[in-house]
Amino acid sequence: MTGPGPRLTQAPSAVSDADPGRNGMQPRVRVQEAPFDLAEETAALTTGRTDIGGLASFIGICRADDGLAAMVLEHYPGMTERAIQRIAAEACARWPLSGCTVIHRHGRLRPGEPIVLVLTASSHRAAALESCAFLIDWLKTRAPFWKREEFADGESRWVEAKAEDDASAARWEDAATSRAAGAAA
Amino acid sequence: MRVLYFAWVRQKVGMAEEEVAPPPEVTDVAALMAWLAGRSPGHAAAFAHGRSIRAAVNQEFAAPDRPIGAGDEVAFFPPVTGG
Repeated sequence: MTGPGPRLTQAPSAVSDADPGRNGMQPRVRVQEAPFDLAEETAALTTGRTDIGGLASFIGICRADDGLAAMVLEHYPGMTERAIQRIAAEACARWPLSGCTVIHRHGRLRPGEPIVLVLTASSHRAAALESCAFLIDWLKTRAPFWKREEFADGESRWVEAKAEDDASAARWEDAATSRAAGAAA
Repeated sequence: MRVLYFAWVRQKVGMAEEEVAPPPEVTDVAALMAWLAGRSPGHAAAFAHGRSIRAAVNQEFAAPDRPIGAGDEVAFFPPVTGG
């Protein structure tokens, strides 16, 4: 048996096996080909709430470096969702968040198109801003995605992992997170 | 044992996944990589870059000395570049 069945059946459970945040908040994680809507996602996080004092957002956008025509993002269905849930759970454990959304796209994206959305909400700005930066830093180094750049002349190449991304992710390291160190080993 | 390949590892090996039955002495991730390298010129080309390859066992990142068994799903891929 080499069909995709067993691997795909693990994807839904990835969402349910995450730890809720310390106030019971469940991070919203999606890996999808379709675009996302910032206003819609913001409303989903904040509508009807009066406890949120700050909402931070980060959107990663496909840049047209060196004549780039498109960026193709490959992922590992099942593992990617689980890895992001775990990173989001780590953010919830470190900061008092009232809401957290991570949406990461895959497939072929053209320059100017959004790739990733991180939204964090808290009663105060520091927790929202810091956790948002933490999430994108760890997503870059611990979520299983691989980017291939396609150029106008027909050439293509896999993007290599960058040392500066490892350095950005490492600034959030401490003893409590050494269990996740396998990602960078 | 199901083995999955991603990104340039998949391209070099020439397939996205395969079912394999390594011999009993293949007990960890590093040994599996060495054994897989002997399966075809494509596998050899991919695993010649062994230091640049990361692994996951049952969808968790795994070090080279992580033990493996017959029912495991093992994946090989380059360092991640998402975000």
